[in-house]
Amino acid sequence: MNIETPKGKQPETHIEAKGFSIFYGTQEAVKRVDMSIPKGAVTAIIGPSGCGKSTFLRAVNRMNDLIPNCRAAGELLVDGLNVYDAGIDASVLRRRVGMVFQKPNPFPKSIYDNVAYGPRLHQSYAKRELDAVVEESLRGAALWDEVKDRLNKNALGLSGGQAQRLCLARALAVNPEILLMDEPTSALDPKSTSRIEELIVQLKGRYTIAIVTHNMQQAARISDVTAFFYEGVMVEFDATSQLFTRPKEKRTEDYITGRFG
Amino acid sequence: MTMWKRKLLDRLFSGSAYGAIAVMAFFLVIVIGPIFLKGIGAYLFEGTIDYRRMMLNQFNRGDEQVLDVEWAEVKQERKIIYDALFAFEKELDNMSSSRRRELKPAFKQTKEAVAILLGPEPGTPLPALPRRLYGQTRWERAELKAKDVLFEESWDYSGAQGKKVMTPRAPLFKGTALEPLFSKVEKDLESLMRPERTFYPQFLTDKSIDAHFFGGIGPEVMGTIYLALGAMLIAVPLGVIAAIYFQEYAKEGFVFSLLRSCVNTLAGVPSVVFGLFGLAFFINTLRVSPGKSVVAGALTLALLVLPTVIRAAEEAIASVPHTYKEAALSLGAGKWRTILTVILPAALPGILTGIVISMGRAAGETAPIIFTAAVSVGPIVLPSEIFTTSTPALSWNLYNICTEHEAVDEIRHVQYGMALTLVMIVLALNTLAIVLRAKVSRKLKG
Repeated sequence: MNIETPKGKQPETHIEAKGFSIFYGTQEAVKRVDMSIPKGAVTAIIGPSGCGKSTFLRAVNRMNDLIPNCRAAGELLVDGLNVYDAGIDASVLRRRVGMVFQKPNPFPKSIYDNVAYGPRLHQSYAKRELDAVVEESLRGAALWDEVKDRLNKNALGLSGGQAQRLCLARALAVNPEILLMDEPTSALDPKSTSRIEELIVQLKGRYTIAIVTHNMQQAARISDVTAFFYEGVMVEFDATSQLFTRPKEKRTEDYITGRFG
Repeated sequence: MTMWKRKLLDRLFSGSAYGAIAVMAFFLVIVIGPIFLKGIGAYLFEGTIDYRRMMLNQFNRGDEQVLDVEWAEVKQERKIIYDALFAFEKELDNMSSSRRRELKPAFKQTKEAVAILLGPEPGTPLPALPRRLYGQTRWERAELKAKDVLFEESWDYSGAQGKKVMTPRAPLFKGTALEPLFSKVEKDLESLMRPERTFYPQFLTDKSIDAHFFGGIGPEVMGTIYLALGAMLIAVPLGVIAAIYFQEYAKEGFVFSLLRSCVNTLAGVPSVVFGLFGLAFFINTLRVSPGKSVVAGALTLALLVLPTVIRAAEEAIASVPHTYKEAALSLGAGKWRTILTVILPAALPGILTGIVISMGRAAGETAPIIFTAAVSVGPIVLPSEIFTTSTPALSWNLYNICTEHEAVDEIRHVQYGMALTLVMIVLALNTLAIVLRAKVSRKLKG
């Protein structure tokens, strides 16, 4: 696999799946996936609805634990440690693996408290330090200038695009290494979408980003590598430029040319 | 379906909805209206000179000097009555025995009626009961009692049904020394009683004197507050924790459905059974108190409202969007942290509503406290005595003074006043629930 990185060398793997499967009861939603997500790059996961791409993404920070009867098999390694090992504390894992959801889901608290929620969980800050973390996170999500005068206003008053950027800032505030994004723009208008996309490109490098998207143009625009999932199987995984121009698999080609999905 | 049919159905539906609301409002007016109108009489009424004397003696309220002047004037007026009684008694001794036999019983009745209207005759030994120490304290009662002086009440059983006959006494005593008494009472009752518009807000907080003949309903109000607050202090933490368990921790299965049906059954148990259970369990078995006590009553009431609190809290927790929980967990919050910092704050409006409505219920329940906490007469219970002392409470004492009081007719104003106060407390609590809910959800919505 050939991925173009600024330094021109093969990047190290950050998340690695080895024969990784997820079952809902007896149904196998993700089937023996092998995949290496490179560090500091944007990895897009595309595929038709119900192909298991979101399930796979939500396995990385163990959000699937919330679903009863959901279990995993095989290995899913983050920095070489299997996240489904008995010794792994999901809360600790989730600090390192942040997530932005499909629908903006700010807490019904003030903008400040939303961003400060994560930092407050993990250590006690002096007021000044916390202010700095909040400002930095909001700047990171390109929201600071819009909300700096109303940090104490309720976050539910924000527009959809602002709310999604707030959720991004909230995730950034705990200083994760990996950002998972589950269709982060599907509920947003085109303008807000492009702002989020710009942000993703800006954040690349500092964070390893994995994004599930329905929007193939979006995947082509912002990702370095792309995985195509179909019926729980990872069909193809390659550099984005490669996958969208010269797909190796027939099913990939059919999907990206819009013959199904 | 054709257009006009759909429109007609639409009209019918909205019509029946308005109808239902109108019926509800109508019954509300029918029920609350009289309670309000009559209950307000406990707080706002025409008080007589005897009311003011009673207030000064028993509660040390009012201006003593002003009252002394007024009392001297009234005594002058009343002297006519007492002089007539005294003169007639003398006259009676000099009458023929047949005439005496004719007049003596009527005279005795008149004298007794006067003592009830105006209080004990000056110079006679003071009666033991406080209710006999004063004349009528309320003008409308005075008017009623004046009738007992003026008329002889008898029953005519000649028809199919007994009929009350009121015969004036004045003609009987025509030409005697007693005659001026009747004309004075009939024509000049006001100068005998001196009615004055009186506002008595302390009705809410005063102790009662001589089983509610005088004074207020302070012990009852305090008892109700103790019991309702105490019940909530016990039921709310338990209920909210149970709701969290059901919603966030319990796994579907035998134990879960067993617990569920236990809670649902608890909600359907008649309240008197709770009362008996409270007596048997809290007092006789656990011995939380030597006998009836505020704490035993609060525990019993807590048990009674527990299902309501659990259900309200459960519904509130279930309606918190799943995405809040996901967001908190994805930031590395543990389950308990998520519940404390995100789920409970978001569920607060619903939980609060459940709490306040349950509190209204606890304030109004009668049967559970009969066996565990209530007593018909008693002083205001001090916070230090809640483990040992039983207390009067509005709900039970309202029933008590309406049915088991020795003179239910004499204290109508207290009965209605108590009913009004209870209704107002419950209504205020429900209003508080609405306001709190609106306030908290506005805060959550931004």
